[in-house]
Amino acid sequence: MIESTTFLVVLSALFLSVAMAIIRVIKGPTAPDRIVGLDTINTIVIVGMVIFGYSTNSVIYIDVAIVYALLSFISTLFIAKYLEGGEF
Amino acid sequence: MLSGIFDIIILVSLSIGVFFNFLAGVGLLRFPDVYTRLHAGTKCTTFGSIFLCGSIILIGLRAWFFSYEGLTQTDGSTLAIHTAGALFAILLTNPTGAHALARAAHRSGVKPVGAVIDDLEGKPAKKTTSKKKEAEK
Repeated sequence: MIESTTFLVVLSALFLSVAMAIIRVIKGPTAPDRIVGLDTINTIVIVGMVIFGYSTNSVIYIDVAIVYALLSFISTLFIAKYLEGGEF
Repeated sequence: MLSGIFDIIILVSLSIGVFFNFLAGVGLLRFPDVYTRLHAGTKCTTFGSIFLCGSIILIGLRAWFFSYEGLTQTDGSTLAIHTAGALFAILLTNPTGAHALARAAHRSGVKPVGAVIDDLEGKPAKKTTSKKKEAEK
């Protein structure tokens, strides 16, 4: 039997990692540094949504995580295309 | 007995996933360069996400087949299948986005720290656009 406080500890550790990525987004010297930080935050938020959805017994969060993954992928591709300087 | 073994497997995979996701944040802070930061921030989160989602899939499979307390069979099957979908989306999109970001960073002129020779310098940026321009001419 795994208690729900275990998942709270997991979520707080993930939040610590997100906080470090936010520091990189603020500090980052060039634009690609900031985008790398945003991409990392997106992935960690997806996993956090899955764990939160299990620990609160609401599976709808996992469906939201799937849609969030696809949309963040599309936004990352668009920002990369913009940094590259090519036409769309 | 069987429940205890499942608990141990789930706790170990949870701790491995949390450790690697934490390493991703540390690597983002400590590495000196865009490419090394990309290396830390993408591969570590992909590896950690496999283990974190895998533990949730194991919980769902256990509720599906052994009728775990607190979760019905329908809850278990929904949990396992939807989490597998989320894991598949992460595995499909995360390396692709990292590749696009690295290519964009190189083409926007960011050099690696301490690099002496750039092997990709002077190569044509896009073959499709050059063909288009030749056709226009």
